Amino acid sequence: MALVWIPPLLRDLTGGKETATATGQNVDQVIVALEQQFPGMRVRLSPDGVLRPGIAVVVDGQVGRFGLLESVGPDSEVHFLPAIGGG
Amino acid sequence: MTTLANGFKVIGTRPIRHDGVDKVTGRAIYGADMQMAGLLHGRILRSPIPHGIIKSIDVSKALALPGVEAIVTSAELTDPGNRIAELGEGAVNLKDLSSNCLARGKVHYKGQAVAAVAAVSPNIAEEALKLIVVDYQTLPHVTDVRAAMRDDAPLLHDDQVTESLGQPTGKHSNIAKHIQFKKGDIDEGFKQAAVVVEREFHTATVHQGYIEPHNATALWNADGTVTIWCSTQGAFSVRAQVAELLAMPVSRIKVVPTEIGGGFGGKIRVYLEPVAAALSKKTGKPVKITMNRADVFEATGPTPGSYIKVKMGADKDGKLVAAQAYLAYEAGAFPGSPIGPGAMCIFACYDIPNVHIDGYDVVVNKPATSAYRAPGATNAAFASETIVDELCEKLKIDPLDFRIKNGAREGTRRADGPIFPLVGLVETLEVAKRHSHFLSERQGDKETRRQGDEKMGSSPCLLVSLSHPLLPRGRGVASGFWFNCGLKSSASASVNSDGTVSLVEGSTDIGGSRTGIAMQLAEALGIRADEVRPVVGDTDAVGYCDVTGGSRVTFATGWAAYEAAQDIKRQMITRAAFIWSVTSEEVAYENGSLRCLVDDTKRLTFKELAEKLHATGGTIVGRASVDPQGVGGAFATHIVDVEVDSDTGKVTILRYTAVQDVGKAIHPSYVEGQIQGGAVQGIGWALNEEYFYNDQGTMANASFLDYRMPTSLDLPMIEAVLVEVANPGHPYGVRGVGEVPIVPPPAAIANAIYNAIGIRMEELPMSPGRVMAKLLAKKRA
Repeated sequence: MALVWIPPLLRDLTGGKETATATGQNVDQVIVALEQQFPGMRVRLSPDGVLRPGIAVVVDGQVGRFGLLESVGPDSEVHFLPAIGGG
Repeated sequence: MTTLANGFKVIGTRPIRHDGVDKVTGRAIYGADMQMAGLLHGRILRSPIPHGIIKSIDVSKALALPGVEAIVTSAELTDPGNRIAELGEGAVNLKDLSSNCLARGKVHYKGQAVAAVAAVSPNIAEEALKLIVVDYQTLPHVTDVRAAMRDDAPLLHDDQVTESLGQPTGKHSNIAKHIQFKKGDIDEGFKQAAVVVEREFHTATVHQGYIEPHNATALWNADGTVTIWCSTQGAFSVRAQVAELLAMPVSRIKVVPTEIGGGFGGKIRVYLEPVAAALSKKTGKPVKITMNRADVFEATGPTPGSYIKVKMGADKDGKLVAAQAYLAYEAGAFPGSPIGPGAMCIFACYDIPNVHIDGYDVVVNKPATSAYRAPGATNAAFASETIVDELCEKLKIDPLDFRIKNGAREGTRRADGPIFPLVGLVETLEVAKRHSHFLSERQGDKETRRQGDEKMGSSPCLLVSLSHPLLPRGRGVASGFWFNCGLKSSASASVNSDGTVSLVEGSTDIGGSRTGIAMQLAEALGIRADEVRPVVGDTDAVGYCDVTGGSRVTFATGWAAYEAAQDIKRQMITRAAFIWSVTSEEVAYENGSLRCLVDDTKRLTFKELAEKLHATGGTIVGRASVDPQGVGGAFATHIVDVEVDSDTGKVTILRYTAVQDVGKAIHPSYVEGQIQGGAVQGIGWALNEEYFYNDQGTMANASFLDYRMPTSLDLPMIEAVLVEVANPGHPYGVRGVGEVPIVPPPAAIANAIYNAIGIRMEELPMSPGRVMAKLLAKKRA
């Protein structure tokens, strides 16, 4: 199962838990799995069926390119971070 | 071609840039050079107030002026609604983007565009602006980030509530967004600290200061398509933005990027392009709009002013144990400051077990901020690297040793969560520690100082220092981090019959990138760099490319060129196999030549085979479109010597050394140029640059005369030291290099000032007035 680092501003949903495990082959499935454990997670991370604007998903240290379709491995580490633009 | 010790033949050499002759002879075409039959001249009417409701706009008198052909207001732009769109390099609120091009019902800063005129001459267009009558209802304004965060502050946007990762706050506020990072237990961490330092910092709004003002020329064609020539960091991004704002498909818009006179992040968002297009649509004629310098300062995106509070603690052995930061960044008129990267970079140089960071994106009545070289990171590093220096002082530990001890390296978990891959911070610190600049500090007597000055040659600083040999001097160091990014790039390359290759890529060339990209193609093909002819294509000439930003072009577009070369090689092998009547598996491509593996007498050089292409099936075109991962983050460590005139507060830079992990320098001269340019911009940010706002919310120094940027007369040579920790995520080890050099300068200079006069500077810029105020306060104390 993937290890998901819960953003601090979402830890009100996890009772303060910093990490959670979730099963899924892509980010969307991982969020669905998180939602089952922590209701309310999905609407905070992916309202309207896409990642919340301004949020990037980082899987195994790499910024995802495919949003919710980004692949997640069984031992992956997943983070949700502010999206970054450069100058 | 000679093979270098590292196995490369082209990479790491310094060929003459392909666009060099055009640039030095003045023949390169910039946006303002555009001329065509029937060209009209556009001018923009801008808001005279910082905050107000537009009650009415009367253009009748202006339209009646002979020579005026059209006037547009926001009514001519499609109302995009309150929608978020992904436009290449991040999400954009289309309502805000549209209002920033032509205000929609309300103005949020002095200088915001309200209406635009097209006329047969620039003078008539200017006259027409004076005849447009706008009735404003003035509203109270706020230009300071902390004042804007107060409950009683005037609200810029009635419908704005603080966004907190989807958590509904329900509270109307100028705080657009709150972000947070936590790692470990911050309270426990500070309990372990033997030394704790806490300070508050303020940084001013500063502009990228590119020499070439924004410009756009649009021609609306009779078939409903539009062509736009403009100075931009991303032609495809302009196309996408214009398509949204004018509600038309991207296929009906062609954007031609002209040569660019600097961007640094400020030429990604559109300002003039949709307006010029709307005027051209209305008149049926080409329309050119160029900004003047005041327009650029007052109406394009600077980088935010900020308030930052940092607290850091270390144990008695000098190990960092806790760090806490509160950052509030001015977004300007619309949400979107770089608070995210600022908060993610502030402690990125260090391995700290316990961290807590809060960041706030705050709207104020100033121009909407844009990206500027490592957006958000310089403000943050000014605060954290000043605190680190103070910790070193209190612990009596050398500042480079402290950083080596605590520095982030492969495997370090960042404060925001992910783990660093192979990075080169420690390597830059080790090189800095051995550098003659840093070693000379240990001697420090007056005689050594003079010897050092003599080595500096004819720098004007030398005259100052020798004429005032007793002025206090100090040396400072600081490090910085920037993420860099990858994103999408495309390239195509055609093999010519004379053995050269024509390369079309889609990344605006800032700083010699087309040569760097051509060199990667040449290396992969085994030909010379001057045998590749690179051009930057328009949106109809090349596949999609994201913006030239995020230090991505040499990495990602270079990768596209590398892949295009592989495509060419595969086809060349097939063609040689056809000529030799063997299978492709029986042909090898080696060092720019093709060799038959089953008959050693059969060989063709790249050029020889190129000559045969037309007779054996036609031209070979290699192409690639990439969206690579494997981005390598960049670290830099800077050393600076300053002299402080205690009578005037003026800080003079005596010597400056910038050490940076560059991954692999494709063209070392251009890497050095990026480092020198970034350092100089950081020095300007540190010492002089600042938007001055008066009580009326008006910028009082909107010219290069009053907005003081450093010139060559203010600075010594910036010594760039390239450290190459190859990025394993790129075929040639490339890391982006363009942004991180702007990150350390303000902190390094602040630390140098402290070592000169014993005063910690907490506000940027550290201008003579601010330094004098601190000196006088110290005297009084």
